[in-house]
Amino acid sequence: MEALSPTMEEGRLVEWKKQEGETVAVGDVLAEVETDKAVMELVARVGGVLLRQTVPAGQTVPVSSPIGLIGQPGETAPAAGGNGAGGAPAVPAARPTAPPAPPGSQPRAGGQPTPPVPAAPATAPAMASATAAGRVKASPLARKIAQERGLDLRVIQGSGPEGRIVLRDLETARPARPVAQPPAAAAAGPAPSAPPAARPVAPTPGQAFTDAPLSQMRKTIARRLVQSIGPVPTFYLTSEVDMERVFEAREAMLAAGSEVKVSFNDIVIKAVATALRQHPACNAWWQDDHIRYWSEVHIGMAVAIEDGLITPVIRHADRKTLSEIGAEARDLAGRARERRLTPEEYTGATFSISNLGMLDIDEFTAVINPPETGILAVGRIVSKPVEHAGAVALRRRMRLTMSCDHRVIDGATGARFLQTLKGMLENPLAIVW
Amino acid sequence: MANQFDVIIVGGGPAGYVCAIRCAQLGLTAAVVERDKLGGVCVNIGCIPTKALLHSAYVANVIRHDAKELGLTTGELKTDYGTAMRRSRKVSEQNSKGVEFLMRKHKITVVRGAGKLLPGRKVQVGNEVYSAAKGVVLATGSRVKGLPQIGLELDKTTVISSDEALFLEQAPASLAIVGAGAVGSEFADIFNAFGTKVTLIEVLPRILPVEDTEASDALTKSFKKRGITVHAGARITRATVTKDKVTLDVEVGGKTEKVEAERVLMAAGRALNTEDLGLAEAGVKLTDSGFIKVNLATLETTSPGVYSIGDVAGPPMLAHKGYREGEHVAELLAGHPPRPIDYTNVPSVTYCHPEVASVGLTEEQAKAKGLAIQVGRFPFSANGRARTSNETEGLVKIIRDTKYGEIVGAHIVGSHASEIIHELVVARTNEYTVEEVDLAIHAHPTLSESIAEAALDSMGRVIHI
Repeated sequence: MEALSPTMEEGRLVEWKKQEGETVAVGDVLAEVETDKAVMELVARVGGVLLRQTVPAGQTVPVSSPIGLIGQPGETAPAAGGNGAGGAPAVPAARPTAPPAPPGSQPRAGGQPTPPVPAAPATAPAMASATAAGRVKASPLARKIAQERGLDLRVIQGSGPEGRIVLRDLETARPARPVAQPPAAAAAGPAPSAPPAARPVAPTPGQAFTDAPLSQMRKTIARRLVQSIGPVPTFYLTSEVDMERVFEAREAMLAAGSEVKVSFNDIVIKAVATALRQHPACNAWWQDDHIRYWSEVHIGMAVAIEDGLITPVIRHADRKTLSEIGAEARDLAGRARERRLTPEEYTGATFSISNLGMLDIDEFTAVINPPETGILAVGRIVSKPVEHAGAVALRRRMRLTMSCDHRVIDGATGARFLQTLKGMLENPLAIVW
Repeated sequence: MANQFDVIIVGGGPAGYVCAIRCAQLGLTAAVVERDKLGGVCVNIGCIPTKALLHSAYVANVIRHDAKELGLTTGELKTDYGTAMRRSRKVSEQNSKGVEFLMRKHKITVVRGAGKLLPGRKVQVGNEVYSAAKGVVLATGSRVKGLPQIGLELDKTTVISSDEALFLEQAPASLAIVGAGAVGSEFADIFNAFGTKVTLIEVLPRILPVEDTEASDALTKSFKKRGITVHAGARITRATVTKDKVTLDVEVGGKTEKVEAERVLMAAGRALNTEDLGLAEAGVKLTDSGFIKVNLATLETTSPGVYSIGDVAGPPMLAHKGYREGEHVAELLAGHPPRPIDYTNVPSVTYCHPEVASVGLTEEQAKAKGLAIQVGRFPFSANGRARTSNETEGLVKIIRDTKYGEIVGAHIVGSHASEIIHELVVARTNEYTVEEVDLAIHAHPTLSESIAEAALDSMGRVIHI
């Protein structure tokens, strides 16, 4: 069972897509697996013949346990002992050229069948390069590069001595997560006596983010607030926005025959992303010993699905047009409901939005999704009498409530962001200015 | 079947005999075909005897330049090249005998004579035909050559090569050396110590042209200090060879100089032993530069079942590169696929004094590749151990990639450079970065500390300067 998402610990085998005896090529879909987040395709990492399905459909098995055996044509699967579902993964990594033969296997003289390999060898590399204790064998240089590129060494096949991961193994590896998020950063050596610097919130050009050391003041704020309310000391800011101009703008767009039917939510996403560009202090992650200020804007969009909720991410939302955002939001939401998102599609947001307006909620507070530090709760648009141009008029209004992680975002910081956002929505041209 | 083996190796030099031993270790039967002495050029007329002579040269220089200061009184130093030469021969013979012993120990058949490849994995030696079940390995090596195109054809008396220089009964009064690579530079060092007036001539802009510029410069400085005339960027326009004298017109720095010497030693390039091997008939092709063409992953030639290793299979023409290729092919033939050979990580060493050793890219090459680099240096003049032995010439230079700290190249000029370079070879093999090199605690006082210091310097935090 391959780890198909960063948080996956076990997977339910929904359906086998290959039957015993069928030929399997690298990349073929072997089975559908339900993870904690979605139903995903599990693909073959080696070619051959599916000798046996050791895990029947419907069964849930932990990550790293074998679910079947792929071998060479004509080869028979060894007796199930030790290789059963959920059993200890007795079959070690099997690269086609790797000399180690599995226990109980034949001598490796020429002409003998190659040893059977686990069907889902994303776990095999893990076994190849990681010891039982979870230590990944990798050269120091490979570690540094992997950390920078956000590569997960646990799923990379090492070609060095004893499966050690070396530079050449990284050449074809793809980032496991959309962004570098090395938990090892803390272990790598925090700067304990970081100067009480002003918050360097100006993003560095050409870098996805800037890590800022914690000033003494910020450390104190963080510590005290956590003692006060909980692990994420949240406070809430609410602002009511006049949506008349957004209505007009949307009508105009639809009348002009926009390809995608842009929704209010799309406009809110675009406005939030644009406002975040101006307020990088609100586009940040709390990283325990430092704050990561993002120079890219990736907006998480909470989508209700049966039995739960998932937050697909619209990447670089600040740089996308409304129709692009609209089309992408539609696609992501649709696939989220079908539980067909890939992990890359629901991780890595720098800020999130939750909208319950369609369910007639006037206003609400949303829960921050750590390590993000802000989420915006969007209420319904409702016509109400308000003062306008010196008279009482019926105007369409919408309430926005922003939840802020006080360790990163202070009251005034969040308020200024909300003010910018309100200004943009009340004068949509400001979004493009 | 007496003439049937798993593997037949043509050439008993470093690549060939090591290949045979590894074959034997892995349970294959092996035969080595050798027309001369086991151990090849390396053991008999290369690496080993020159190092023996260099040791004589080294001791002579210590006595000449340092003895007094070290509190040792000697009479006037007399040198005798003939005696030193005979000692070097003894060392070579011991080593060649050592290889013979290794062949016996591993039950490897040694066939005396010149081997010729026949189609179908067969080798003919004299009237006998031997056949190999798994593969034939060509390890025929290389030999010295002259430069007939400029009138310097080897005549073995006035125009000589290292082959003759290693057997001279006495050092010539004057010697011109053409080619300042490892061989030329080592002989310049040797004969200078034995009182010969040495002129070293290199066509490329600096001596040891494949090494880092700083290494070349450091060696040039040291050579000139000892009275060796160095002409780099020099072109020989005319050579007049008589029975006991050679006159060279050397164009250097825009003017022509006349270099007169009792003998001229040709040390520019080597010829490959690819003749009379039946290569073409067996379908073994050569590269444009005359090496046997091989697939670098398997070292198989264009003729299936025929492999080639060592000098004849391509550069760098170094014994230790041949060793590794020999093991590689043996493992392949025994069905144990070896890890690929990293040709970018073959150390290069010149054993003159100070020694020059390097691995990886030079600073120039790194820049030409567009790498973002930072160079760390540590001079031996700041190293305690070097000072205690009066050997403060030279430096350690480490070129690191700015981003990840990868050791892109390392260059050492100095006493024992050949020995201490391996720390950096091991580091590169295991992809350690400069940080791991520093983290490893170095004993004090040692020359190797300079490596840690150069690593630190490449990170901008050298301690002892």
